[in-house]
Amino acid sequence: MREAPEHPVTAGARPSAIVVRGMSKAYGKVQALDDVSLNVAAGTIHGLLGPNGAGKTTLVRILTTLLPPDSGRAWVAGFDVAREATQLRSRIGLAGQGAAVDEYLTGRENLELVGRLYHLNRSTAERRAAELLERFDLTEAADRRSKTYSGGMRRRLDLAASLVADPEVLLLDEPTTGLDPRARRELWAVIRQLVSDGTTVLLTTQYLEEADELADRITVVDLGRVIAEGTAQELKQRTHGDVLSVVVGDPEQADAALGVVARHGSGDARIGDDGVTVTMPVAGGAAKLAAIIRDLDAAGVAISDIGVRRPSLDDVFLALTGHTAGADRAD
Amino acid sequence: MHDTLTALRLEARWALADSLAMARRNLIRYVRSPELLVFSTINPVMFVLLFTYVFGGAIDVGPVNYIDFLLPGILVQTVVFGAVQTGVGLAEDLSSGMVDRYRSLPMTRSAVMAGRILADTVRNVFVVLLMIGVGYAIGFRFNASPAAIIAVPIVLVIFGQAFSWISAAIGVTVRETETAQVAGFVWIFPLTFMSSMFVPVHTMPGWLEAFASVNPITVTVDLLRGLSQGGEIMPSLWQTAAWTVGLVAFFSAVAITQYRRLS
Repeated sequence: MREAPEHPVTAGARPSAIVVRGMSKAYGKVQALDDVSLNVAAGTIHGLLGPNGAGKTTLVRILTTLLPPDSGRAWVAGFDVAREATQLRSRIGLAGQGAAVDEYLTGRENLELVGRLYHLNRSTAERRAAELLERFDLTEAADRRSKTYSGGMRRRLDLAASLVADPEVLLLDEPTTGLDPRARRELWAVIRQLVSDGTTVLLTTQYLEEADELADRITVVDLGRVIAEGTAQELKQRTHGDVLSVVVGDPEQADAALGVVARHGSGDARIGDDGVTVTMPVAGGAAKLAAIIRDLDAAGVAISDIGVRRPSLDDVFLALTGHTAGADRAD
Repeated sequence: MHDTLTALRLEARWALADSLAMARRNLIRYVRSPELLVFSTINPVMFVLLFTYVFGGAIDVGPVNYIDFLLPGILVQTVVFGAVQTGVGLAEDLSSGMVDRYRSLPMTRSAVMAGRILADTVRNVFVVLLMIGVGYAIGFRFNASPAAIIAVPIVLVIFGQAFSWISAAIGVTVRETETAQVAGFVWIFPLTFMSSMFVPVHTMPGWLEAFASVNPITVTVDLLRGLSQGGEIMPSLWQTAAWTVGLVAFFSAVAITQYRRLS
């Protein structure tokens, strides 16, 4: 019987599976995490969204006891990362960026070894390995060396390995980086399935689409700090309405289009990286569309596309940080 | 008190089980990467053939056959060169992210290293027996009591383990396969040659003879010559024992400390 957790529990029906309080970590002069706090409700998928260098991997490494924090505390599945590391490790699963599978072992041998190292007895480890191979559609390849697996199969095997001990909390560090769209969708389906079985998932990603698709709640991080938190819907509302976008046929006319569009809004009009797309947040965008088209026509700007859309997480990231999520951190 | 003992006993049992699981994994890797096995056997076979037939006639080792003089040296070289693989394998696991997975598991932390050294010890038993067989084919003969003959592979395996710990300390410090390979070999090569492995040390210049006489390779080779040819085994027995205990104590502490400090 487990003792009641000593960590703070959020009000409501669901206890927190992950609690982070005032977590900081520096590598030399680089502040990888700066006073980060976080709650993840049990049985949900929580997305940790940010560009490279935002501190996502550092946080995952601290939560999986691979890295000690400089200050702050954290609990995973009710266990303190610093003081109860061994108990904590037996209740979590980690799938990292690099797909840590042993190439010389078969898929089955990989899973059985991990099971033994979770201290399952031999028959349980064998049974779990067979179940997971079946579930991840690897049964046919089970007795082949994992060296021969495709990238998607390796990721699935890596994810299967993190599930061997039926963990309460699963930490996935950029699980779909480098996968083709089809393999990515397959992995998403598997992750959704896990949560419906009661597992809590913390997932880091640089893909806004991925967080939007999977996560119940999203924490946006940048330069080691939490800059926003909420559901995808809540975050989108941060942009105060819709986004108007105009695509000009000739890049030379982008500035002229920017001038026209800016007159109809309250600022933040900008030209995208492609040099031909002008975007601006607008309230009641559809009503303004006709006036803007008229003015663009009067100014002699030829447009190839114009529209008003709901903001994407890209727009949200831009509104929150002043730069797009795809841009790498400049050191 | 009783609870503490039970907990300790349980911990020791898991440490053993985890080390065996890791050793099994590493042995499977050896068997499935034949290039490693070939490298660790072809090399010493080549050395024994080259030295016997190319240099053997020119090196005066007194009243014994050169192959009887040479083989104990080649056996030591085999386990010492083979030990480099311990650090290379560890560095590979560190750079590939395997160690991150292991460290996130509730397994005993030292088992990653202990399992590798255990596997390398098992491999050494095979390679040593193979090399003795090759020696027999080209004229090597034991000339000693059965107890002394049985002691030969035992000494080799224990001494090889000491060098595996040095190699492990290097591997866990450099954490990169090629660097571990270079850093593992660069000092071993001269160390083995500046010993009694291929030539009697009294033929060397005085300063080198002084170094060669206390070289752990020399004392172990001399011990094995004594054991295999029914000769004197003192003082090389206690010298070998002292070196082995000292090397294991120091380098296992370094390796384990470095492993614990990984982040």
